[in-house]
Amino acid sequence: MTTRTVEFQASRTPEMGPGGALVASPAAPFDAPEPDWDSETMLVNVGPQHPATHGVLRLVVELDGETVVSVTPRLGYLHSSFEKLGEYRTWNQIVPLTDRMDYLAPLIYNCAYVMAVEKLMGIEVTDRCRVARVICMEMDRIFSHLLWLGTWSIDVGAFTPFLYAFQQREKVYKLHEALTGARITTSATRIGGMMADLPEGWAAGVREFADGLPATLDEIDGLLTCNAIHVGRTQGIGAISAEDAVAHGLTGANLRASGVPYDVRKDKPYYDYENYDFEVPIGCHGDCYDRYLVRMEEMRQSLRILHQALDRLPSGPIDVDDPRVSLPSKTDCMSDMESMIHHFKLVTEGIPAPAEDCWFSVEGSKGELGMYVVGDGGPKPVRWRIRPPSFVNLSAIPALAEGHLMADLIVINASLDIVLGEIDR
Amino acid sequence: MNADAGGAGGAKKAFDFGAVARGPASGGEAAPGGRQAEAQAAGNPSVAALRSRFGTAVLRNQVNAGDEDVVYVEPKRIADVLRWLHDDPGEHYDHLADLTAVDYGGGRALEVVYQLWSIPRRKALRIKCELPLSALEIDSATAVWTGADWLEREVYDLFGIRFRGHPNLRRILMPDNYAEGHPLRKDFPLRGRFSRAEQTRRALSQDPEDYYAPGELGGRAPQMVRDAAEPPEEAEATE
Repeated sequence: MTTRTVEFQASRTPEMGPGGALVASPAAPFDAPEPDWDSETMLVNVGPQHPATHGVLRLVVELDGETVVSVTPRLGYLHSSFEKLGEYRTWNQIVPLTDRMDYLAPLIYNCAYVMAVEKLMGIEVTDRCRVARVICMEMDRIFSHLLWLGTWSIDVGAFTPFLYAFQQREKVYKLHEALTGARITTSATRIGGMMADLPEGWAAGVREFADGLPATLDEIDGLLTCNAIHVGRTQGIGAISAEDAVAHGLTGANLRASGVPYDVRKDKPYYDYENYDFEVPIGCHGDCYDRYLVRMEEMRQSLRILHQALDRLPSGPIDVDDPRVSLPSKTDCMSDMESMIHHFKLVTEGIPAPAEDCWFSVEGSKGELGMYVVGDGGPKPVRWRIRPPSFVNLSAIPALAEGHLMADLIVINASLDIVLGEIDR
Repeated sequence: MNADAGGAGGAKKAFDFGAVARGPASGGEAAPGGRQAEAQAAGNPSVAALRSRFGTAVLRNQVNAGDEDVVYVEPKRIADVLRWLHDDPGEHYDHLADLTAVDYGGGRALEVVYQLWSIPRRKALRIKCELPLSALEIDSATAVWTGADWLEREVYDLFGIRFRGHPNLRRILMPDNYAEGHPLRKDFPLRGRFSRAEQTRRALSQDPEDYYAPGELGGRAPQMVRDAAEPPEEAEATE
């Protein structure tokens, strides 16, 4: 088996001099030889504009017949350089960038970012804020898993669960809109609190959503879990052992499906997660089917957390009373010179953060979502780095897909639950 | 350490903006020498273990953001340090949570940051290596953690740090033929090095052929240009 040779013109990869200046490189002559049609493998380009790639992922697949010989993901089609943009913004101005990365679970990103900055600054948010953020994060975990469930079912050939899942997702969209005014780009958090307190009746709306979801999950469960086509297409496909999964840096449901019970909520608890009663589902085969089962169960466990958080949602202020980060009230600004100066300084100068760094992670819907923030004593970060769970999870796809059929590659890709906004950033 | 964090927590109620710059962990260690203190109040025994095993290769350690252990390591020894942290049964840092770099600007050394986590021991450790701008090269961690592959490619792409022994060190987020440099470096302007007109011209003159090079498949050695008519190269390429 030989690889079909296609010439690559050297002029397309110009050499770079020091400092990135372009150094002219001579073009290689383009002289394609007659290929040996009988023995070659075939290159198939999947994406970037393909519905099964869940965004603008491009997979260059080398096929021997229908068997995948190798997969090369090509990234960057959605690259926006959020991390570079962040260096030019004040700490609070970065919040809107975070939800644009994972638009499938925007509130988790909003929360994770401000939690890292609050840890860097040594700010303890109020009890109400902690519980409200837990509600937001668990709701968006379900929100993200529902989208995964819908697209996953389409990728394995079932259309109906997609509609059921999106009916439920619509309820979360409405809750997002009630909370923040936006359906996807929520930007709901601020350093030291939330953009606003929870609106009246919002908690009841979350409760209503949480009460209605199990029926849908049962319905989809009945359609997929013991469905012979679904089982046949997913069991034993894309399996990865626990050791390999850890070595590849997989996290989230992809890691737990291989039997490693690593969940940031349990292992590095934040926001009293140790006091919530929930279980971490793990699989034992590490294949696509186990990843499906783990995510289905995670949604039910998130519902448990959601109910407990709604029960214990305390009253009181949602923003921390800390002059470093919280704006004085409008009344004070209008009647008190110190408050007005304070307001002016906070708004025009931004919030200073210490000259230190902090790496903080939460359990996102896709895996371990880490935020690395480096301050220099000023109002803007020196470095703001996202540990992108989908990016690391996707890096395992060549190992997962090799030897499987082309059709299975689509299922494996769907089972990893990636979001390209966060991979390309 | 807890007393320090508590002190900073209490001080945060004050109206003193300048105090913020010192951060939660720096209350008791205002003297710069304090940070160099050996295994100072570290919550993680790995710091002392690293010092006793690697001696002078461990340059200094500190505790950031209240409870995060950071160890600065001699870049030349990083492969040994990471290998030991991963393999030693008492350390067992099996999860490479993150690998990234920081450019502080102003000609300061770039930092490569390894964020480690031990799943069985539930301990976190941050290893840092400082690379002067004149020698942006460090050993790859791909032999220890397979997952370091893409993370190192990203650092190479965005910072220009080369990883020795990386199987496939290419750009990953920026296009292969991106000629403006490494975007996350502080000397890289937000809008890029080329003018808008030049960027547009380049974008419009791209050839789809650029994106269909089979030589990059499967993590094999880059075979960007190869002459199939030449028998020795062909034999080498097909293995």
